[in-house]
Amino acid sequence: MQMNTAVTRPQEAILQTNKVIRNTYILLSMTLLFSGFAAFLGVVSGIGQGTALIATIAAIVILWFVLPKTANSGAGIPVIFAFTGLLGFGLGPVLSYYLSVNPSIVMSALGGTGVIFLGLSGYALTTRKDFSFLGGFVMVGMLVVLGAAILNIFLGIPALFLAVNAAIVMIMSAFILWETSSLIHGGETNYIMATAGLFLSILNMFQALLHLLGAFSND
Amino acid sequence: MDWVKIGSAVLMGAMLIYLFPRAKQTIENSPKGTMKEWMGFILPMAAVVLFIILLIALV
Repeated sequence: MQMNTAVTRPQEAILQTNKVIRNTYILLSMTLLFSGFAAFLGVVSGIGQGTALIATIAAIVILWFVLPKTANSGAGIPVIFAFTGLLGFGLGPVLSYYLSVNPSIVMSALGGTGVIFLGLSGYALTTRKDFSFLGGFVMVGMLVVLGAAILNIFLGIPALFLAVNAAIVMIMSAFILWETSSLIHGGETNYIMATAGLFLSILNMFQALLHLLGAFSND
Repeated sequence: MDWVKIGSAVLMGAMLIYLFPRAKQTIENSPKGTMKEWMGFILPMAAVVLFIILLIALV
């Protein structure tokens, strides 16, 4: 009897982990599609930067105060769609700008983000390496980048803008490895919170790639 | 300076304040990586850097 219990417990844990990973990727694909649709609405409606900022603030409020309270219930699903939809809608002015300059920048940034995300997730999933040691690196990186970004709002130094965006791509790449590894090794057991984290990393990486490709293009 | 810039700075400042205690907790509780583990991280990062250089060259 005891042997049966000892054998079935890890199997149950593995099944549970696989279920969380599957649910995370299903929800992530759906929220990305929804966010893409919201971004399309943001572009065609021609929203200004003020509206985009309000949508982003609303999304952050949802992420900080509503999502943690609803993530363990079915109510978390509409909440995460609201969060991702608002962030997608907020991309409207940035996308409109780059589409008017050179649409291939948007396509390259979109494709590039997809390749990097799938590559890194695939790497973490297939090697099953434990990237929990990246926690400190990711957090320090985020704090430094936020500080530098705030500073550059007032200073407006182009080189610092590029450095911040390059750093965002690297930190978000590390975050994808850290979060995927956390899903595999049971550190993250809530697929809604995992989706929110991965969605944010993809969105930030996409925006940073847009700015990098925009800065280095000839247009 | 327009209100969108000030609003963005306030939002990022709020993010910094919100993130700081969580970052401190994560840094304190994160295990230290071995040289082998860091190599397993540096290799995919190098691939990402090369890929971005390729993207920039293509645009």
